[in-house]
Amino acid sequence: MLKDKLAKVFNEPGCSHNQEKSEKERKRGCSAKSLTPGAAAGGCAFDGAKIALQPITDAAHLVHGPIACEGNSWDSRNSASSGPTLYRTGFTTDLGELDIIHGGEKKLYRAIKEIVHERHPPAVFVYVTCVTALIGDDVEAVCRAASERLGTPVIPVNAPGFAGSKNLGNKLAGEALLDHVIGTLEPETTTPFDINVLGEYNVAGELWQVQPLFARLGIRILAPITGDARYHQVAAAHRARVNMVVCSQALVSLARQMQERWEIPYFEGSFYGIADTSMSLRTLARLLISRGAPADLLERTEALIAEEEARAFAALAPYRERLAGKRVLLYTGGVKSWSVVSALHEIGMVIVGTSVRKSTDEDKERIRELMGEDAPMVDQIPAKQMYKMLSDGEADILMSGGRTQFVALKTKTPWLDINQERHHAYAGYDGMIELVRRIDGELNNPVWPEIRRPAPWDAAFGSAGEAEPVAAEMHA
Amino acid sequence: MTEVVPSTKACAVNPLKVSPALGGAMAFLGVDGSLPLFHGSQGCTAFALVLMVRHFHEAIPLQTTAMSELTTILGGADNVEAAIGNIRERNQPKLIGILSTALTETRGEDIGAELKAMRERHPEWHDLDLVYASTPDYGGSLEEGWGASVKAMIETLVPEERGPRTLRQVNVLAGSHLTPADAEEIREIIESFGLSPLILPDLAGSLDGHVPDHHIPTSLGGTPPAAIRELGRSAVTFAMGEHMRPAAEALTRRTGVPFRLFDHVTGLAASDAFIAALMEVSGTPAPERVKRERSRLIDAMLDGHFFFEGKHIAIAAESDLLLAVAALLAAMGAHVGAAVIPCPSPAAARVPAARVLVGDLGDLEKAAHGCDLVIANSHARELAERLGLPLFRLGFPVFDRLGGPQRVSVGYRGTRCLIFDLANLLLDHAAGAHAAVGGNAHELLEEEHHAQAQAG
Repeated sequence: MLKDKLAKVFNEPGCSHNQEKSEKERKRGCSAKSLTPGAAAGGCAFDGAKIALQPITDAAHLVHGPIACEGNSWDSRNSASSGPTLYRTGFTTDLGELDIIHGGEKKLYRAIKEIVHERHPPAVFVYVTCVTALIGDDVEAVCRAASERLGTPVIPVNAPGFAGSKNLGNKLAGEALLDHVIGTLEPETTTPFDINVLGEYNVAGELWQVQPLFARLGIRILAPITGDARYHQVAAAHRARVNMVVCSQALVSLARQMQERWEIPYFEGSFYGIADTSMSLRTLARLLISRGAPADLLERTEALIAEEEARAFAALAPYRERLAGKRVLLYTGGVKSWSVVSALHEIGMVIVGTSVRKSTDEDKERIRELMGEDAPMVDQIPAKQMYKMLSDGEADILMSGGRTQFVALKTKTPWLDINQERHHAYAGYDGMIELVRRIDGELNNPVWPEIRRPAPWDAAFGSAGEAEPVAAEMHA
Repeated sequence: MTEVVPSTKACAVNPLKVSPALGGAMAFLGVDGSLPLFHGSQGCTAFALVLMVRHFHEAIPLQTTAMSELTTILGGADNVEAAIGNIRERNQPKLIGILSTALTETRGEDIGAELKAMRERHPEWHDLDLVYASTPDYGGSLEEGWGASVKAMIETLVPEERGPRTLRQVNVLAGSHLTPADAEEIREIIESFGLSPLILPDLAGSLDGHVPDHHIPTSLGGTPPAAIRELGRSAVTFAMGEHMRPAAEALTRRTGVPFRLFDHVTGLAASDAFIAALMEVSGTPAPERVKRERSRLIDAMLDGHFFFEGKHIAIAAESDLLLAVAALLAAMGAHVGAAVIPCPSPAAARVPAARVLVGDLGDLEKAAHGCDLVIANSHARELAERLGLPLFRLGFPVFDRLGGPQRVSVGYRGTRCLIFDLANLLLDHAAGAHAAVGGNAHELLEEEHHAQAQAG
């Protein structure tokens, strides 16, 4: 079953990256290369599936497996909710040795029952993990039986960790939505301005930074998939007029299949950076018009873009002086490897390197468009080498995820989090202003000269100033 | 006798438990130049790594054998061998601690035996210590994994012999309930008696938050592997925490070094017992500084007991940590209103509470109604908010506060710090508590006026 699913997601016509591969390469899946024991990092397919589905805030998310999968990971994501909080509760069957010997199906059924009886969620998502896949628990059958007997949709998510990468898990989550959720409910009303946003998880409230823009244009998000989503929204997502896919690698396959089944056109866009936000709004307006929205939507959109861009550039102007010429090492992946670049260029910062670890060929093409043929694209930088780069002062600031945070900090180099765990939202026009404001705050924080001063026992001490007047006073 | 109540739920709600492999890895991080390796799928490592990074605010060296569905079915020894080779080449660790997970234990592998064969195939690994610890998820939580790793280190590295002893050297088998700062405090107390301690594991060396002047791809300090080999030459072993008993027993079996188990060294009585043991081993009286610290602790208990008196406190923590805090609270006149541990432990029976639940934070939330304070890890912040109670963050993980690993709660000085921190939180939240302190001061002033007037 999982094998068929994997074969299906490994062949994705909507993914240009995928289509460029040979038949044989494609079978190997999405990970660039097979994992190297002892030199691998990153999450697993279960992690990816959970990231993609957990932002459905009113549903219960039950992890069927031994303790590590949920015990070590719950309560670690900043996907924000405007209402329900059930998604923040960690549920797991916490399998013990006997459960593993005798099989965990009965315990799983009881766990679902306990959740439904105590919490009355609109749905329960059940995540398969490595061990429950290995011992052959028939999670789909248990979910089917529970759905029928308990009168609540119980959705199996078949993405055990060892199936592959986090990215693959995102895709398998999309498959679970297609197989069991989307199209099972009808929306109360529909409008010509209904869209779905796919692959945006409302990390640190980023969805809320673009929602006001939509609101001003009269565009309604029928279903966010899945940031700040309610179960019934996702279940009725098949009535949207357009799908916007944010960060395409994760859910493009879902978008393509929704187009096949329900004829919903989709496009891939981003809300990172001023130019991209404008481009996304423009494309969205055009597609909605092509599906019957009034033609003046485009004019209104252009007017909004003009106003917002002028406002954003005016807000960024004061930072130019403080930030122009400062060198950034951008160590992220995918869309952010270039979408942030244009914003940094706008204020005159110099990109000394942008990583293309998880980037597609189009991502790389965009980088070349922005920075020319000699764009400083870097692949994986081993920690030791990055430590040296930063110690040698090759960059003034590192922008990356939490994993490389301490490489920067231990070299006393400014660092800004631009990945999953961040607490600040950087989407849309306001998000870009916020990003620049934070780069400025971090780069110009007085802590850097302070902690770089030599210690009293260093030869350079004295020459750094500070200590001498005190000594002089003492003599006087 | 404390009643220990097992959980009957099928669904754990807001787990208190973490994986034993995580606990095991944390113990290995207290060994100098080490790199823990999870034998499991990539996610097993990633989750543990992220959680430890959030707690310690440090880079955490951790690696994975990156098991896939196929390698799991075929057997993972090849992946372990490849991982060791790659780690040795890239990171040059002194020691690799290999930890099993539920995934590889369910498949059923004898990695311990395989390691011998691997060593024979790789003579170039002669300068590398390899320690294998069995830490399946279904075998406990942080304490169990930590204990299993320390026991594995002893059984793998300490020679089985009863040679000459160094009478001024003492072993400390430190439990997971001790922070890096606690380990440092214990070292200083022992040294003040003119003794040299061998602490295993020693997080004070590695996870105390120092900034090294070059890049180190392994743990940044801790017990040197060479020192672990010397454990058999000490006069005595102090095991800290019930979960260190198996490791202490293993050491005694191998080397004949006697051990003494302390549940914890928090609180006056426990600290007294520890100091008495040091006086006995060293044959010297307690240094003046220690005497002074005891006097200060007593003063803190006198000042602080008003605020603990009659309070009901809900605690969820790993067993030995819970026992340490509960014992202190009981000594200060507070009641343990609810106590939750993640796994059964002999220590639970010694907790001064009517009942100890084996369960999760969902159980704590139900049992904590009517209490005055919650003591638990950061995961409890939302439940405390729902209950309208202050939360004292303790244990693992504490990710929404800085400085958790630097908190001291052992010995006279540490206990005093803990009393102050707890009392201040109770003071902040108790209705009328400010008035009580202010009123008290006011009365004192009046009394003084009165006395002055009379004298005048």
